[in-house]
Amino acid sequence: MEYILIIISAIFVNNILLSQFLGVCPFLGVSNKLSTAVGMSGAVCFVITLATLVTYLLQYYVLNPLGIGFMQTISFILVIAALVQMVEIVLKKVSPALYQALGIFLPLITTNCAVLGVALIVVTKEFTFGGEPHLLNLGESVVYAFATSLGFGLAMTLFAGLREQLALNSVPKAFKGIPIALVTASILAMAFMGFSGLV
Amino acid sequence: MGKFQLITKGLVKENPTFVLLLGMCPTLATTTSAINGMSMGLATMFVLILSNMAISAIAGLIPDKVRIPSYIVVIATFVTLLQFVMQAYTPAMYETLGLFIPLIVVNCIVLGRAEAFANKNSVVDSALDGLGIGLGFTLSLTLLGLVRELLGNGSAFGFKFIQGDGILAFVLAPGAFLALGYLIVLFRKVTAKKNN
Amino acid sequence: MAVKSSFKNMVLCLFVICLVCSGLLAGVYALTAEPIRKAAEAKTNNAIAVVVPEFTGAPVMGTVNAGGKDYTYYTVSNKGLVSGYAIKTSSVGFGGPLELMVGLTADGVIYNTSVLSQSETPGLGAKCVEPSFAGQFVKFDPSKKKLAVKKDGGDVDAITASTITSRAYCVALENALDAYKAIVAGSSAAADDTCADEGCCGTCAENSCGMDCQGDVCQVEEGGCSGDCSSCSSSCEEACGECANESNE
Repeated sequence: MEYILIIISAIFVNNILLSQFLGVCPFLGVSNKLSTAVGMSGAVCFVITLATLVTYLLQYYVLNPLGIGFMQTISFILVIAALVQMVEIVLKKVSPALYQALGIFLPLITTNCAVLGVALIVVTKEFTFGGEPHLLNLGESVVYAFATSLGFGLAMTLFAGLREQLALNSVPKAFKGIPIALVTASILAMAFMGFSGLV
Repeated sequence: MGKFQLITKGLVKENPTFVLLLGMCPTLATTTSAINGMSMGLATMFVLILSNMAISAIAGLIPDKVRIPSYIVVIATFVTLLQFVMQAYTPAMYETLGLFIPLIVVNCIVLGRAEAFANKNSVVDSALDGLGIGLGFTLSLTLLGLVRELLGNGSAFGFKFIQGDGILAFVLAPGAFLALGYLIVLFRKVTAKKNN
Repeated sequence: MAVKSSFKNMVLCLFVICLVCSGLLAGVYALTAEPIRKAAEAKTNNAIAVVVPEFTGAPVMGTVNAGGKDYTYYTVSNKGLVSGYAIKTSSVGFGGPLELMVGLTADGVIYNTSVLSQSETPGLGAKCVEPSFAGQFVKFDPSKKKLAVKKDGGDVDAITASTITSRAYCVALENALDAYKAIVAGSSAAADDTCADEGCCGTCAENSCGMDCQGDVCQVEEGGCSGDCSSCSSSCEEACGECANESNE
């Protein structure tokens, strides 16, 4: 039950893009075409889940026992950067097809704040799923990370679909590009607000 | 380019928020009020100036291939420094900005300036560049925060002059996107007129 | 101008940078650890000062278990008499945990409340920190008024469009009242313990007076207790009444 709550909350209620504003750069940057948006979402999904798993273990089995919590930000970002590189290399060797699809997005992901954001959230924020406020355990963290990236994918795909339609319409000159995209995102965010209170 | 231009270019011509469209996450997330926006801007400026200076100083010693990881480590160090200082002396603001302080590490503005300016220029010029871009970022965030606070809460810098509630949506997520969208349009209109 | 990208150079460079950076951070961490601790302490102390009546001396921290939950509370006393308790309590709000410091006077009336942390919706639930909502809990007597929002048949005005937050606030207060009951019950239980150990009265401090009169010992004498409890307002007889009877039997 708790896992279901986490999933619904992360995908709809607290959507990472539309209510927490993490990962907005790729949201605005690569949402021109539906196909690239889906590719980006896939890559983000992969990296967020993996990065959260690794940084969780890093926090609880290295940083905390050694009492060097102050290295949190540095070690997390380095681990994420290294992880992205490794995923790129492994993917190239193991599955060229998948690499073709996700490859070009991987280098962009290191500086995607959604990845570092989720990694930091799961080790610092107290959640209230199932009663008492508590920090997430390993299983919950990974589920939360995966669900969050699904929420990222959902918002991204919806938004790219909208923007493909927008491109066919005549938009006032000053609104061309990012401004009209922001206004669209605003309406989408309003729609997602309808989910609030669900969990 | 004169020293003075280094500082002023970030305000209009290379404004990070309205022209370069960088650092969108903190821009949207922390501007629920003018004070919050300004604090976020100043925090980013602090990191920007220090990391620009440090990177400019050590750029010649870093092999090209490990350039980016080295920059990230330097930036992350200053961000963590900032976290400690804020926790110690402005704990309330630290709690308000929360997650977005450590996330300065992945703010494209900071890494972008290191890569595009600091590693090719002198320490003084890099510091001025950081100051200029930081000021531009701070001003944009304060402006966006002010607009959202005015419309959403009827107050400015915490000073309430319209009784009752504002248009709540502007404090919430949709208002962030909407206000930023319209501010960019306004910015484009104004600068276009000036250029003509 | 840049150094050649040989493997040795790259490893050396990254290693040196990481070393310098962690050294710098460790240093700054050590320097700011004390101010950070002080800032956290000041926050707690400010919250305590807001929620309880005027007090002398430093608040005394303790923990109590009520309904399976552990609560941290601070006892404050004025001139040796316990004047109130500040209880740290929490509940589940709309956007996440809602953490409050609840002040109660010694007789169980809510004196004031203060929000320690919340993640409610700005402009809606986040209004719970404002006096327009939180103000109604000043001198709130739970024995006369019902601690629930009006929608649920209580006496609390909910924040417009934020019933969940308002309910969470009431739940947190309810928890604080439970903790208060446990504290009061606990302090009389502690008195019983002392009796068992010492045959009768124990010390004034442990019975009823608060910290100021530690060291003033009540003696067992024929027919009851007596002794010097001059710094407390209560007498030895009052403090040890029940046990005195027991040991005399």
